Amino acid sequence: MNARAALAATFFPFHGGVHPPEHKDESSGSPIVAGPIPATLVVPLHQSIGNMAKALVNVGDVVLKGQMIAAADGTVSAAVHAPTSGRIVAISPQRVPHPSGLLEYCITLESDGADRWIERTRFDWRNADGRAIRDYLRDMGVVGLGGAVFPSHLKIGGAKDGLDTLVINAAECEPFITCDDRLMRERASQIVEGIKILQQLLQAREVLIGVEDNKPEAVDAMRAAIAGCEFKIDVVVVPTLYPSGGAKQLIKLLTNKEVPSGVRSTDLGVQCFNVATVYTIYRAIEHGEPVISRVVTLTGNVERPGNVDALIGTPIADLLAFAGNKADSDSYIYGGPMMGFEIPGTDVGLSKAGNCIIAKSSGLFPPKPAEMPCIRCGKCADACPAELQPMDLYWFGKSKNFGKAQERNLFDCIECGACAYVCPSNIQLVDYFRFSKSEIWAAEKSKKAADQARERHEFRQFREEREKREKAERLAAKAAQKHEAAASSADPADAERAAKIKAAMERAAAKKAEAAAQAGESAAPADATAAPVTEAVAAPVAEAAPVSQLDPEKAERIRAAMEKRAAEKAEQEAMSPEEKAAREAEKKAKIEAAMAAAAAKKAAKAAEAAKAQGDQADGSGA
Amino acid sequence: MNTSPFFIKPTPLQVVMFKVALALVPAIAVYTYSFGIGVLVQITLATIAALVTEAFCLKLRNYPIKPFVTDGSAIVTAWLMALSFPPLAPWWMIVVAAVLSIALAKHMYGGLGQNTFNPAMVGFAIMIVSFPAQMSRWAAPFGVLPQSLDWSAQLSWIFTGHLPAGLAFDAIASATPLDTVKTQLMQHASMSHIFQSPLFGSIGGIGTEWITAAYLLGGLYLLWQKLIPWQIPVTFLAVLGGVAGIFHLVDPAHYTSPLFHWFSGAAMLGAFFIVTDPVTGPTTPLGRVIFAALIGLLTYLIRVFGGYPDGVAFAVLIMNLAAPFIDQYTQPAVFGRKGQQKKAGAQS
Ligand code: SF4
Ligand code: SF4
Repeated sequence: MNARAALAATFFPFHGGVHPPEHKDESSGSPIVAGPIPATLVVPLHQSIGNMAKALVNVGDVVLKGQMIAAADGTVSAAVHAPTSGRIVAISPQRVPHPSGLLEYCITLESDGADRWIERTRFDWRNADGRAIRDYLRDMGVVGLGGAVFPSHLKIGGAKDGLDTLVINAAECEPFITCDDRLMRERASQIVEGIKILQQLLQAREVLIGVEDNKPEAVDAMRAAIAGCEFKIDVVVVPTLYPSGGAKQLIKLLTNKEVPSGVRSTDLGVQCFNVATVYTIYRAIEHGEPVISRVVTLTGNVERPGNVDALIGTPIADLLAFAGNKADSDSYIYGGPMMGFEIPGTDVGLSKAGNCIIAKSSGLFPPKPAEMPCIRCGKCADACPAELQPMDLYWFGKSKNFGKAQERNLFDCIECGACAYVCPSNIQLVDYFRFSKSEIWAAEKSKKAADQARERHEFRQFREEREKREKAERLAAKAAQKHEAAASSADPADAERAAKIKAAMERAAAKKAEAAAQAGESAAPADATAAPVTEAVAAPVAEAAPVSQLDPEKAERIRAAMEKRAAEKAEQEAMSPEEKAAREAEKKAKIEAAMAAAAAKKAAKAAEAAKAQGDQADGSGA
Repeated sequence: MNTSPFFIKPTPLQVVMFKVALALVPAIAVYTYSFGIGVLVQITLATIAALVTEAFCLKLRNYPIKPFVTDGSAIVTAWLMALSFPPLAPWWMIVVAAVLSIALAKHMYGGLGQNTFNPAMVGFAIMIVSFPAQMSRWAAPFGVLPQSLDWSAQLSWIFTGHLPAGLAFDAIASATPLDTVKTQLMQHASMSHIFQSPLFGSIGGIGTEWITAAYLLGGLYLLWQKLIPWQIPVTFLAVLGGVAGIFHLVDPAHYTSPLFHWFSGAAMLGAFFIVTDPVTGPTTPLGRVIFAALIGLLTYLIRVFGGYPDGVAFAVLIMNLAAPFIDQYTQPAVFGRKGQQKKAGAQS
């Protein structure tokens, strides 16, 4: 134990970080209380990264608490459940907690006040195979509750020979947020049960729970709860420094492994789960409870700051009323003050990502002073946990030099806001980075579209060329046959020559076929332009052939080429308009088929990418 | 304020600039004590001229005047420049220098944060190139000569060019210690002989060694406040002292000691207040070290082998040009890419 305790004290600091005022005391003292059962709930269908869940109910349906009302759509998606019993009154686009203010499909549920559960059964995970467990978690709607809402089932399985380290993200580094803190203090044993399940599922050799040192009670509770665990598990207390709750920062802190962008932490033998997610995994597996509620911190300019176990879909207005919203609150932050965003209105329903709601007042959040020019003081670079040079990225973004920004690893920016926090010139650096990123995405999208158009065009050119060639070869072969027949009938002396001709032609055809095959593999246009050129060059030489005694093989090749050209011409002239149209149609169909295949491939790739990205996203910013 | 982060640290630019100015106060006090009221006159003139020019340029460029004039940057520039000037330089010289430094070196390049060259050093350099005689006419510090100018005589000299009857400026003028060493060595005087001059104290010049010590004090304050990265002054002083040390060890009769180089001229002022100017230097950690090291080297070379007694200003200006280049080639590896950076660096 002592050796382990000493080990547990070691952590590996990451570069940068800031220490904004914590504001945790307001809410950390109040135990979790059950939230209100609102008259109507607005449950967003898009509750995870990936595809929106598909509604399973219709308007007018009566549902029970915990009943699945929308099923996961595809691999990267998670199911959505009725948070309470009642009647579905609408399935329509509504405002959701999202910075863009976009409308998304939500299921509006009128609660009947009875809060009646469906029948729940314990899941026998010990006797289930990996696939069944994944499907179960997906159907229980388990997603990362740290804010990234990455479907948890995608993080289970994968590493064949087990995981080096399972990291439990309990750092909760954002100011104001205390929901994980309270959860650990009050439900540590259930969390540890969840950890045990995950440790088994992932075959983790070691479990490290990272907690910031401003939560001593949570540390004690967790330490007490892990006592007697039969595998290697430790609570590692890390210094309070934002953003130590970023998944990558925490992994670095606990394991000294740096996960580069675009690499899945699993590839380095580490997997990270938010502590609240672990709790819901436990509830889902051992109690058959889907994710229909979450603990959310209500704080800021409210009478009774605290933590509420609130039903998903509870309108923010109801939560604020529950906490005693003060009159001078002017807007509301969803998430923490460093990475959260202002909600478009209080009618939106709580989502699984909603770990905190801060009522803002000008007293609590004084308006930011005007931006001044960057003086290149380097404070932002000192604070950046991604070890970027934010002032350069800012400059590139401002001068619309997006390529350069990308070159300087703009996409490694986790938008933690540490740089903007320290900037003496009050520059809203993160905004510039978001802008640059969106511009690059837009450009990439249009570039992709252009690429597709170009590919389509090239593909068509290639086809045309190939068809032409194939037809010409067929015709040439026919002509040669005729020629041969004529030759054999006329003069036996010529027969030998005819045989030679045939052999030469076959060789030529073989060569052509080979070239075509190659062209099919490499760039099509090169072939398309190359073919006519050689033929054009060949033509004048062929005329001279009978005069100068060229070696017969070469002469034959030339003649074959000339014949082919003639045949090509003839064929083109002979083609009726109907034939031409038919050929066009055929080509079109083929292109469309090819495009469809490409689209399918792309979709598969996108899903794959989302998976890779989300893999590390869970627990970030918590 | 609709996007995150919703918190910012309350250290506005003004506070940063104010603290830099504050760090200069001890040196200004010692300087005034040693050289008289002329120092304060130069500072005042420079400040007024810089602020007026700043406001004028902002107006021309359609910028909001108030937040920018009050950001403190022009004041810091003016003070640094005034502290590089001879305290008894004619009034118009510092005014012209201040106007040029703000208008030319700052606003022509796009204003605060965009200038390539350190404005204070530009103002100083223009004047020393254009008016070398006036710019090297320093009055001796108080106590070195039997006669000194009182405050009214100083004012009269600065503003009208007149001195009390029977007194010629030459009678009270003196070269700076760096200058004295340089010219005397050229006349083949021995080092020990040179240092017998009343101008020299124990490690630098009389008066100037205390002024430079006060700069050091201000610099330590800036370090403590985390307003400047320690690598810059340390590297600069180490290289300047190191090169001086090597020469001094090899030939002490011809090359002064590192201590002398540190405590004479603009070495300390440069180390903490000028080489550390963030706008005109590199921002990468390695870049800053290279930058400061090369300034240290250049300063020594100009001082000892160049045409000017002090080399800090020119060394800084030369290296200002190289700063973007240094930045480009010293980009640090980002999080998680430490291994890959070598390849990326080789490509760029
Ligand atoms: S902190 Fe602000 S002023 Fe300083 S370098 Fe970064 S962006 Fe520029
Ligand atoms: S927002 Fe991006 S650039 Fe700024 S500190 Fe965070 S990671 Fe670095």
